Amino acid sequence: MAVVTYACRGGGYWLFRQIRPTPAIRGVLDYLPGTLFVSYVVPGLLSGGLQQWLAALATVLAMVATRQFAWAIAAGTATAWVAWYLT
Amino acid sequence: MTPLAGGRKTAAGGVVFTAAGIRRGARRALPLVAGLLPFGLVAGVMSQAHGLSWLEGLLMAGLVFAGSGQVLALSTWSQDAPALTATVACLVVNLRMMLMGPSLAGWLDRLRGWRVWGSLFFMADHNWALSITDLRSGGQDAGFLLGSGLALWSMWVLGCVLGFSLGGLLQPAPGHPLFFVVLAVFIALLVTLWRGRPDALPWAVAAAVAVLVQRLLPGGTWYIVAGALSGSLAGMLRDRRVRA
Repeated sequence: MAVVTYACRGGGYWLFRQIRPTPAIRGVLDYLPGTLFVSYVVPGLLSGGLQQWLAALATVLAMVATRQFAWAIAAGTATAWVAWYLT
Repeated sequence: MTPLAGGRKTAAGGVVFTAAGIRRGARRALPLVAGLLPFGLVAGVMSQAHGLSWLEGLLMAGLVFAGSGQVLALSTWSQDAPALTATVACLVVNLRMMLMGPSLAGWLDRLRGWRVWGSLFFMADHNWALSITDLRSGGQDAGFLLGSGLALWSMWVLGCVLGFSLGGLLQPAPGHPLFFVVLAVFIALLVTLWRGRPDALPWAVAAAVAVLVQRLLPGGTWYIVAGALSGSLAGMLRDRRVRA
């Protein structure tokens, strides 16, 4: 398991080093960070309920307002907790 | 025309790797370690429940260092044929990491030896996203990746050890709102990754494909790789048409 995981961590970049990346590949990589986390978060939110959407909204608002991860995470989790108790 | 001028900014030339950069990365990652703790606890509790020894649990946490990978592998862990099934499960969840390394080429291309391969060992979703943001805003110190990774790794191992030792005492139910902390971290990271209108189309495509693939192929995490690749591809093709 450790080997397989490291093969994924290091292997992607190792392969990348062996090829000469075209502008198309660079263009795709440029968008990858955002789309990867979107693909993570959206199905997760859909499997939850209204409470999760409210908490997600609170996280975004707090992050936009404060630009501090600690506040955003605290606001989101607190909202999830409150919404969970109320419903 | 490049619609995303900020995104193309790679640290040309003067990339360094300093202790100051490592410390800065560790400090930046500190608020995010909160998101690892519940996951670590679960992984620790699961290792104990599946009869792993204390040392095996610790080794798994330290060497594998992959939240979803460990939890998934442990859930397939059975008496009969653990190793192969667990390894395949681990491979599928961690495939996305193959896509993550190359996006840090702006830093990694200018480093050698252990600095590259050691930093990559500590690369996780959280510090990868932090590093991308730092790299895009012109950060020149590649020690950032290792520093933020070390901070996350220490908390991960600590969480697993705590979960292992507390065992049954601390077992939050699967639907507990505490688990939202995991999603909250990723949502906050997304806010920092948003660069404006040009990101809208790739993100929408990624969301749609991820939801669809998750419905069609339940059980794995193919949907993450599928969503990320198709969204990014859509963005690249759109930019080409805009430029042409």
